[in-house]
Amino acid sequence: MIRDITIGQYYPAKSPIHALDPRVKLFGTFVFLISVFAYKGIVGFAVVTLFLALLIGLSKVPFRFMVKGLKAIMILMLITGVFNLFLTPGEVIWQIWKLKLTKEGIAAAIRMTIRLTYLILGTSLMTLTTTPNQLTDGLEKALKPLNKIHVPVHEIAMMMSIALRFIPILIEETDKIMKAQMARGANFDEGNVIQKAKALIPLLVPLFVSAFRRANDLALAMEARCYQGGDGRTKMKPLVYTSLDARAYVVLVAYLVFLIALRVVLPF
Amino acid sequence: MSIIIDKVNYIYGQGTAYEKHALRDINLKIEDGQFIGIIGHTGSGKSTLIQHLNGLLKATSGAIYVNGEDIYDKDYKMSKLRTQVGLVFQYPEHQLFETTIFDDVCFGPMNQGLSKDEAGLRAFEALRAVGLPEELYDQSPFDLSGGQKRRVAIAGVLAMKPQVLVLDEPTAGLDPKGRDEILDQIADIHKKTNSTVVLVSHSMEDVARYVDRIIVMNRGSVMFDDTPTEVFRHYKELEQIGLAAPQVTYLMHELREKGYPVSCDATTVEEAKEELLKLFGKDRVSR
Repeated sequence: MIRDITIGQYYPAKSPIHALDPRVKLFGTFVFLISVFAYKGIVGFAVVTLFLALLIGLSKVPFRFMVKGLKAIMILMLITGVFNLFLTPGEVIWQIWKLKLTKEGIAAAIRMTIRLTYLILGTSLMTLTTTPNQLTDGLEKALKPLNKIHVPVHEIAMMMSIALRFIPILIEETDKIMKAQMARGANFDEGNVIQKAKALIPLLVPLFVSAFRRANDLALAMEARCYQGGDGRTKMKPLVYTSLDARAYVVLVAYLVFLIALRVVLPF
Repeated sequence: MSIIIDKVNYIYGQGTAYEKHALRDINLKIEDGQFIGIIGHTGSGKSTLIQHLNGLLKATSGAIYVNGEDIYDKDYKMSKLRTQVGLVFQYPEHQLFETTIFDDVCFGPMNQGLSKDEAGLRAFEALRAVGLPEELYDQSPFDLSGGQKRRVAIAGVLAMKPQVLVLDEPTAGLDPKGRDEILDQIADIHKKTNSTVVLVSHSMEDVARYVDRIIVMNRGSVMFDDTPTEVFRHYKELEQIGLAAPQVTYLMHELREKGYPVSCDATTVEEAKEELLKLFGKDRVSR
């Protein structure tokens, strides 16, 4: 049940997308996000859809797997959709009390829903094809210049990778404790809100205890290996660009330029 | 209480890249009052199997009957099953959460719908059965030593008075003394309450000493299911799947190879001693 959360989960496969340098993928996600918000009309929408479909196809991640991540933000999308539908001023089609359904509202709602969907699909494509370690490595390297203005880039990246690494561990731990308490007759599904909240205590207390224990163990293990931050630290697998990455950069820049040009030439 | 497992298969993460066939066509019958050991290498499916016994995992295919009732039937009450089959997980001390040990052990009985007094009585009984000193009952479970925490956690399941007690590696991470104490207490509970006990372990010595039936799991299937003596006869095959027979089995086999007329059926040190005394004892008496 708890394994259904896909955000931040890696899907192992052999594909050109998996093989890309994480920096390229970060840049690519950034470009994609810009493109999602850059278009307005149906033409731009078609191009973005095509590009996303192409990338998903290339990545060999089953589409079913990607859509799972959407379920989590369904409610958020519904709320934005409804707000957009009724609160956008414009040509009134249908009115109930003070709520006006407008033509512009419908357009805005559709646009917003598509954008949010693509936003999630695009970012999950990155997290599904990049291991958390690669991701933080990429971030660390990409943000390295900030070191000059005393931003602790390495420490931030380390914290991120530890946090990401602990997500699956804590999910598994939650699952285990839940089962152990269910074996003792605990019931997490029934009852009203207060009873449900109370039922969580036997789950949350052991989870917190174990999180602190793990954090403590990890800190000890790091110190025992003489960890002292980023100064003079080398990488076992330094990130090196390959020709594949160069081509990907070209494609990404071309895509962005094309889309912006399209917006100027065909703004509908 | 009999449990029949009929052609059970279980697949983790079906339809994803992480798909894993954890159980393959398992057929087992667990009779009343047996003391069963389940052994197998890490990842052989033992933990997955026992989670089916109280319905925490639902088989991908196959059926499980408890006292003749199909537990996957729509009308079957899982909560009833969970109080009949008590499952103690690996490292059960990680499930403790209450402010006092006594309250924590009361958690199970309270969930069964018992009154506070009755639950307390059960908790008292269970804590005594696992041999925890009484002066600790009002302390926080987080202040205890590892072995003591484990006893409290086991008591937490015992207090529900299950007819079948399933323990997943109850001795993992304990020192030899703590290990022997816990196993002795489990054997004691088995004798006194005449409940069925299923002990999951990868220590042959542990299993051989207490159980009267061994189920060997390998890659999700049952490889052997017999008395310890019969199972350990296959010690060469056990080695091939990363397990081993008790040390005395090796000793007896080696003695036999050297030409001593001993039987290789001994699985515990006690039995081996008897066997050896039979052989050498006579000599000493005649001399």
